[in-house]
Amino acid sequence: MAWKKTVAAAVAAIACIAGSPGAIAQQAGTQFIGITGYRVGPYGANGAAFFGGFVDYLQLINQRDGGINGIKLSGEECETEYNNAKGVECYERLKTKSATGPTAIHPMSTGITYAIIDKAPTDKIPLITFGYGRTDATDGRVFPWVFPIMSNYWDAATGIVKFIATKEGGDANLKGKKIVLLYHDSAYGKEPHAVLEAEAKKLGFELKMIPVPHPGNEQQSQWLQIRQYKPDWVINWGWGVMSATALQTAQKVGFPREKMVGNWWAGSEVDTEAAGPAANGYYAASLNLGGKGYPVVQDIEKIVYGKAKVGSNPKLIGTVLWNRGVAAAMFTVEAVRKAQEKYGKKPVTGEQVRWGLENLNIDAGRLKAMGFNTMLPPIKVSCQDHGGSGQVRFQQWVGNEWKSASDWMKGDSALVRKMIEDSAARYAAEKNIKPECMGG
Amino acid sequence: MQFFFEVLIGGLLAGVMYSLVALGFVLIYKASGVFNFAQGAMVFLAALTFVGLQEKFGLPLWGAFPLTLGVMVLLGIGIERVVLRPLVNQPQITLFMATIGLAFFLEGVAQLVWGTEVRRLDLGLQDEPIESVMERFNLLISKFDLVAALVAGLLVAVLAVFFNKTRIGRALRAVADDHQAALAVGIPLKQIWAIVWSVAGFVALVAGLLWGARNGVQFALTFVALKALPVLILGGFESVLGAIVGGLIIGASEKLAEVYLPSLMSDFLLKHYDISINLAGIEGWFAYMLALVFLLVRPEGLFGERHIDRV
Repeated sequence: MAWKKTVAAAVAAIACIAGSPGAIAQQAGTQFIGITGYRVGPYGANGAAFFGGFVDYLQLINQRDGGINGIKLSGEECETEYNNAKGVECYERLKTKSATGPTAIHPMSTGITYAIIDKAPTDKIPLITFGYGRTDATDGRVFPWVFPIMSNYWDAATGIVKFIATKEGGDANLKGKKIVLLYHDSAYGKEPHAVLEAEAKKLGFELKMIPVPHPGNEQQSQWLQIRQYKPDWVINWGWGVMSATALQTAQKVGFPREKMVGNWWAGSEVDTEAAGPAANGYYAASLNLGGKGYPVVQDIEKIVYGKAKVGSNPKLIGTVLWNRGVAAAMFTVEAVRKAQEKYGKKPVTGEQVRWGLENLNIDAGRLKAMGFNTMLPPIKVSCQDHGGSGQVRFQQWVGNEWKSASDWMKGDSALVRKMIEDSAARYAAEKNIKPECMGG
Repeated sequence: MQFFFEVLIGGLLAGVMYSLVALGFVLIYKASGVFNFAQGAMVFLAALTFVGLQEKFGLPLWGAFPLTLGVMVLLGIGIERVVLRPLVNQPQITLFMATIGLAFFLEGVAQLVWGTEVRRLDLGLQDEPIESVMERFNLLISKFDLVAALVAGLLVAVLAVFFNKTRIGRALRAVADDHQAALAVGIPLKQIWAIVWSVAGFVALVAGLLWGARNGVQFALTFVALKALPVLILGGFESVLGAIVGGLIIGASEKLAEVYLPSLMSDFLLKHYDISINLAGIEGWFAYMLALVFLLVRPEGLFGERHIDRV
């Protein structure tokens, strides 16, 4: 199987064709998977790692297992360049590419998620927003077609506060502390504002929110304000070049990196390697662990790269974002597998995959059987909870790799759940939606 | 007051970094009267080629620099042959459109050849405060920014001599005024364009190295060109000195505005209209607004030549 890329830039197209022996876009009887990806542009480095892992896992399912219960996977990747307009264009193009639709779409952008969120119910295409997107979509009674699977931004924000509290010796010690949220001035960067304000009120810390204009390659004024404010901690809600620049500028103003915690999109090798020694000691939340010590990663290396020679980029294997891409593809595959249990071993439609996602139960045993072991926490999705976990883990950059700095932990689940339900209820009232479980 | 000076000095030094990119625009504009939309892509290509050569062949800094410069010179000659030569005597908007195409082409080629990964560029200079200044005055001045300012100053001096004291420099100015007239008096337009694009390539390389060392070499380098636009409007498109002065004004004013204006405006709105709003983040557009205001008052910029057309 191979992947026909319809990319905007020649670079991705050529790279993809080169890695696609015997190009077959789609064949009758295959499960077609549409991918709205990005490998070029300002966030191309992040996207190349994520979608590299995503496609490599799908290749593994074909090469090692012969598909899902004998149904091979085919697909097409459309280049969005992390641009909302192009994301919508790709979504529209991919939804008509196969009789069963694109299976499920991973927009890999909060902006694109917002742009297509109202289209998904009409088109009957599930959106999987693994660690991004609209947080209140976790309430599946209002957003039956959206799956912010595993953990959402509010889980991340409250998890970070809990991690800081642990470092300070407990929640009580946060009282009177100063925390800065340095955020990407976009929909993505604004997503944690409400929950952090609620946390500040509840725990008694002082919160200052400082925006960084896109793309974030100049942060002198922001960090001088931080230097003057003298916070105890800085939360880095960055993406792309913003995170490396934040680390470099923190060094410039003498702010200790051991007092900086990034969210999970500001905690990969892409962010730290570019910053060099300035990144040493920096903490970041994570949705998944990096590294090659997992049987699934070793299988991909051996079968997809070694035997079949259809891998994306060997340099990226085991990096945090590549592993995240592998995990994201696994969610799609497992949703199809679940749907096949109910609807039969054949290519399944978006509607059927939606049911599969809503009934996904990946426990520790299943994770081990698939070779993921401790890379991810167990996940059990339901109609009320389209996340299924809410857990987060912390890691620290030690100069050449990310080292685990905590076990899987939850933030303030009760606060997050209440805010999700309140926000989802407002959305339902605004859009005239009657909250209810959709079923199969 | 100490904080004010820290913001001011930081802004001035940041402005010098913008000026480095603006210089490349000025060079091309002086030689062809065209705004080179591809300058940001050239900065990206130069930095990426530099780290790519280092990575692939294990070259030291002094080895990769001349090789990358060679690539940029070849690129300059290639642009003259393939893009500009067929467009001699065409309207300037045509040349401008050609540079838009060139920008996308260079961005694509750079990523095709060297990949899209973010790369670290180590010039052996950490972005850290100068300790003696910090201890004595509690003022934060970055070693890296200071070196960048010195490099920019040196570049301006060299370019000023080049434009004002050499034959090529004078020929450049003639070409910018009128392609056809310059050709008529025997100025070799093709050579002049090849030279100026090569020099712009050199300036792009220097800017790319400094910006790349600061943020890592990645696609976002192409965005630094956007910061050069208000600098050019303020300083004038034809002035090397204007690029520096414009950079200093833009750098200082946008940093001071970002630090002081939002809280002042928020306090005002809260006090007089009972509106609570966070206005931080104006840095992204403040420089453009300032340039727009300046454009209304002095369209040719501080050091630009005033054009008077006879009718």
